[in-house]
Amino acid sequence: MPIEVKHLTHIYAPGTPFESRAVDDVSFTVNDGDFVGLIGHTGSGKSTLIQHLNALLKPAGGQVLVDGEDIHQPGRSLSARLKVGLVFQYPEYQLFEETVRKDVGFGPRNLGLSDAEVDARVSEALRRVGLSEGDWEKSPFELSGGQKRRAAIAGVLAMRPEFLVLDEPAAGLDPAGRSSMRALVNSLHADGTTVIMVSHSMDDVATLCNRILVMNGGRLEMDAAPAEVFRQGERLRAMHLDLPGAARLRDKLNADGFDLPADVFTVERIAEELLKRLKKGTETC
Amino acid sequence: MLNNITIGQYFPGTSPVHSLDPRTKILAVVAYIVVIFLSQGFAGFLAIAAFTLLCAWLSRIPLRFLVRGLKPIAMIMAFTFVLNLFLGGSGRVLWSWGPLTITEQGIRNALFMAVRLILLVTGTQLLTLTTSPISLTDGLESLFKPFARIGFPAHELAMMMSIALRFIPTLIEETQKITFAQKARGADFESGNLIRRAKAMLPLLVPLFVSAFRRADELAMAMEARCYRGGTGRTKMNPLHYHRRDLYAAGALALLAAIVVLLNAVGAF
Repeated sequence: MPIEVKHLTHIYAPGTPFESRAVDDVSFTVNDGDFVGLIGHTGSGKSTLIQHLNALLKPAGGQVLVDGEDIHQPGRSLSARLKVGLVFQYPEYQLFEETVRKDVGFGPRNLGLSDAEVDARVSEALRRVGLSEGDWEKSPFELSGGQKRRAAIAGVLAMRPEFLVLDEPAAGLDPAGRSSMRALVNSLHADGTTVIMVSHSMDDVATLCNRILVMNGGRLEMDAAPAEVFRQGERLRAMHLDLPGAARLRDKLNADGFDLPADVFTVERIAEELLKRLKKGTETC
Repeated sequence: MLNNITIGQYFPGTSPVHSLDPRTKILAVVAYIVVIFLSQGFAGFLAIAAFTLLCAWLSRIPLRFLVRGLKPIAMIMAFTFVLNLFLGGSGRVLWSWGPLTITEQGIRNALFMAVRLILLVTGTQLLTLTTSPISLTDGLESLFKPFARIGFPAHELAMMMSIALRFIPTLIEETQKITFAQKARGADFESGNLIRRAKAMLPLLVPLFVSAFRRADELAMAMEARCYRGGTGRTKMNPLHYHRRDLYAAGALALLAAIVVLLNAVGAF
């Protein structure tokens, strides 16, 4: 079941000198099984946009349909929050309970599930994010930064959402933490969750996503496959974005006389293309 | 729920009222309050209201902002109005039912108190709406400076105030963020009885306190890293200076006070 966003507009502080159009007439559809990357420079409206996807913010205009239902109709917001799990930026700041287990159980308890069901979901979610059982009864404030973040993500997973929206899940983590966070998000998608991920890392988006949305000044500038988006280096730079490292390498190589195709944007594909050319070279020699 | 706090909410602008020296505005508000309490009749209030409206017009702040600021005290106003209405004291009895009587004097007192409250809040609001928190504390510090000689911690108080004011928007933003994060996990802050709702605040308050302490720690560290050690010998980036317009403002207030005193003297209604 898809999420359909239709002509969504959001205005902050309407009628004051601080008025700003954070999201301006944005339309797109997220299909089941998609892994959508949402990119855009700071203040382009990404975070505001995703807070509409589970009815936390009310739009000034437009609709969000989840499974065909308008989630901003009165009384629908809770069911929307069940289907669309939202992991905020730095989610570890929302931890509050005495133990990790209790904190992860906060969501399921709000759904009114039985204790046994809550327990089962909590254990499953904690295992899923890779927190070892020894940490489950600790206070969340004793955990390390990366572990806290995993606990917070488990808190959303325990609601068993169909869609998972993550706002920069790897922000502020060290390189090892980043790469394991990447692996976690990727495996959640592989398990059948539809994922929308906000990211500032072009490399992450290039390697993980099958579709990319580019926001600029509140408007949706591009909605296309990564190959299509990362062929347009100039346009991205004009929006204060950049190409993934591999795509930059591609452009440099091409400037030096190679003729790599423009839809190559991962290290693996570049290596492949170069090997092809090397082989051809040896054959003709 | 968090968007209608007007106290401390600065409305940026370049109007004559905005560009007055903060010290002038603080002293003017003190004088304004004194004048309100001096006035013994509605004629005086009329003069004060005219003055307030003139200031509001000069400041180019939309009237609905001022009206919105009255909302939080609407309850207090209604309460004092009713209380004064029935406990008004002597005078011709207009209406009575059992122990409840309304007298002419009572109506007069009730109206008098209500108008006084409205004027008080509207006038003081103009100060916070037209003065940025930073220049407000700058003004206070400079006004309290003479008392520093007798051990009054003027600078420390001003610094504490500017830090508190500086972090109000941050904390509001943070509250909003955590509220959303917990709502995304199905938290319900709006329904249920009082006890349920108080309990529902826990997932909000714990993270908020944790982050407030973290911020305080970081701020203290950052200030020490820049060698902050109190106010002695510290100079200002933007020293305050009085201008001609401050003289005009003082004159206008003196005139207002004179009018009110005169109206009292002739015994206007």
